[in-house]
Amino acid sequence: MLEVISLGCIRGDRRLFKDLNFSAERGELVEVWGANGSGKTSLLRILCGLAQPAEGEVRWDDKNIRSLGEEYFGSVAYVAHQNGVKDELSAIENLRIAGGVAGNSLGVREAQEILARIGLQKESNLPSRFLSAGQRRRVALARLLITKAELWILDEVLTSLDAAAAALSSTFIGEHLRNGGMAIIATHQELNISATATRRLEITT
Amino acid sequence: MFGWLVWRDLILAWRRRADVLATFFFFVLVVSLFPLGIGPERELLRSIAPGVVWVAALLASMLALGRLFGNDYQDGSLEQILLTPQPLYLVVLAKILSHWVVSEVPLVIVAPLLGVQFGLSQNTLIVIALSLLLGTPVLSLIGAIGAALTLGLRAANVLVALLVLPLYIPVLIFGAGAVSATVEGLSPQPYLLLLGATLVVSLVFAPWATSAALRISVE
Repeated sequence: MLEVISLGCIRGDRRLFKDLNFSAERGELVEVWGANGSGKTSLLRILCGLAQPAEGEVRWDDKNIRSLGEEYFGSVAYVAHQNGVKDELSAIENLRIAGGVAGNSLGVREAQEILARIGLQKESNLPSRFLSAGQRRRVALARLLITKAELWILDEVLTSLDAAAAALSSTFIGEHLRNGGMAIIATHQELNISATATRRLEITT
Repeated sequence: MFGWLVWRDLILAWRRRADVLATFFFFVLVVSLFPLGIGPERELLRSIAPGVVWVAALLASMLALGRLFGNDYQDGSLEQILLTPQPLYLVVLAKILSHWVVSEVPLVIVAPLLGVQFGLSQNTLIVIALSLLLGTPVLSLIGAIGAALTLGLRAANVLVALLVLPLYIPVLIFGAGAVSATVEGLSPQPYLLLLGATLVVSLVFAPWATSAALRISVE
């Protein structure tokens, strides 16, 4: 279970939010809404442990994520604004290396199957610099299909995806939730994800 | 995981080999320009050779520091690497190791060949390679701290030089000292032992300091 206790964030001399409280159980979806620059990305970065909060704490199964360290990282998958896809590597290499580095090695065939599932079977051997923005996004999302992490933290996940890919990712996020996972998604648009419990979090300063 | 990270950086370096070759040829050219500029004065060339080779190696390895974390930082893959479930110390060590293999090992290999231009004896050429073999990992390890601290800053290249070059001084003194001692017919052993000690110390502390610096830079 993820608990956020009186979290506050300051960027530069601007206060983005303060006294933010919420929790998420397994199977629950948290949608983070807010205007541009309201601190959605900052919140997600704090939740995945990349940034330190100015105040408050984030607790995972009753332990502060700061004290858990890398143990916590094993439970988190983060898809950021920047895809983290290397231009020099093909989609298949990107996926296999991302998996290997995160401790989920997978074979060429497996990687090919996952890329086919996400609609990149033809492009799987092309260097990623030839892929479109939406296709790179798909490569980044393919990482979610190989991770064992329970908590998915997704920053504007549907950006630059076409309708088919958006529907597909909504489906597998829904599947993840039904299998007892959690997802925290920053968004500007309605997500059509079927979840047993959806919490809507508005960030206001 | 460690192996995957090293493998990843080696493939990436191979795919962007122009960058790697640029620093390699920088080293080769700088070292080769001295004999051409000074002329065939054997004694003078012999006495400046250790300093020239080592200063060129210092500058070449400093030039290469920008790509240690820079590319990964820009495309967001550094964040992904920082979020892997393993100690950051090992992550950083893997990146430094592959950086050393790609950027420094070629210098170690080519340095004895370049030393021939200075009329050095065979013995001295071996000591050049040996001192670089012990010294260049220290350059990568210390340089990584500077590269991590200046990540994402505007004048990163200049700042790295200001931060890192002073810390390179001991390596320069011990490294060039080992070669000079051999040129003068003395034993290079004390200098090499000191280089080895510097390597052990920086192997313990540098990845740790780099990890802390990365966490700050990425935040």
